[in-house]
Amino acid sequence: MLELEIWRGGAIGRFQTYRIPTREAQTVLDAVSEVQRTEAPTLAYRFACRVGMCGSCAMMVNDRPRWTCRTRVAVAAPDGRLRLAPLRHFPVVKDLVVDMAPFFAKWQRAHGRFEPGPAPATEFATVPPSTPERRAADAGIECINCGVCYAACDVVGWNPDYLGPAALNRAWTLVNDVRDRARAAARLAAVTGPGGCQSCHTHMACTETCPKAIAPTYAIAGLKRQAMRAALAGTR
Amino acid sequence: MNATLFAASRVSALILAVAVAVHLVVIIHAVQQGLTIGAILSRTHGNWAFLVLYGCFVLAAAVHAPIGLRTVLAEWFSWSGPLADWLLLAFGVLLAVLGLRAALAVFLA
Ligand code: SF4
Ligand code: SF4
Ligand code: FES
Repeated sequence: MLELEIWRGGAIGRFQTYRIPTREAQTVLDAVSEVQRTEAPTLAYRFACRVGMCGSCAMMVNDRPRWTCRTRVAVAAPDGRLRLAPLRHFPVVKDLVVDMAPFFAKWQRAHGRFEPGPAPATEFATVPPSTPERRAADAGIECINCGVCYAACDVVGWNPDYLGPAALNRAWTLVNDVRDRARAAARLAAVTGPGGCQSCHTHMACTETCPKAIAPTYAIAGLKRQAMRAALAGTR
Repeated sequence: MNATLFAASRVSALILAVAVAVHLVVIIHAVQQGLTIGAILSRTHGNWAFLVLYGCFVLAAAVHAPIGLRTVLAEWFSWSGPLADWLLLAFGVLLAVLGLRAALAVFLA
């Protein structure tokens, strides 16, 4: 038997216990779905792809943020007990569903969007895979916006202004995107200052927990380096 | 944190790393040699290398400590703003004055 304690309610609520059979190759998301179908029809949770692509199924699993569709129960709960809560640092909507709006607002604040420039490109850009910029961008490009790193980062909890690992990682991929037409200085300015990349304490909780094996810590270190260079050069 | 403060924090940390290392090595050496206070002061008296090293040490500490404290105050006690910044600036000046006074006293002793 698998014993699940699941958060029910909003910001104020409580854990409720459910029991379901243990199954072979069961994922945490499978377990939540089974609880919802058999015991708690009103249980709210999110998922879409079930294969680790959409980034919508993350939650706290035994106090650690994880994507649940690709987390086996056997790995996350070897003793057969699961404690599931909504992702840390996000406003709770209901049960296991959180509001991602503040998270994505920070992506915008960090200039985490591609800037094509005033005129559309007429030619395909040639970006040799071996260039340092392409490699730096490659290292962070597979982010699925799941929010796991954001939930893992203590600085996000201490400083609500902090842009967080995901947004900063995205900004770094764009700083290294040679097709991007935003002035590098503008993007560096967006990730500098209160809540910017300099607030990162290099705890590496983000890098430790990212299910896509991305290392936002290194991306942030890159931003810090470039921002520092710009500051020393007197750009800002 | 803005980039200038960040740069100041990193550069001062770099200086501190060197200064602390030299400081510790010299202390251990002096203790191992069993030097008396008099013997130590006779070596530091009028020693410009001593004054320059400890002057840099003190100034780096006076820059580094308030910047770090500023982050701690903001993150752990949610306290930031102009008042905090002014007090931290005063704290940095205090560190610099006390430290430079001490270094100068040893240099002149
Ligand atoms: S390395 Fe930086 S962004 Fe990542 S968890 Fe630590 S403080 Fe947060
Ligand atoms: S960096 Fe990793 S943990 Fe963070 S949002 Fe992207 S995929 Fe998720
Ligand atoms: S359901 Fe899409 S990543 Fe888990």
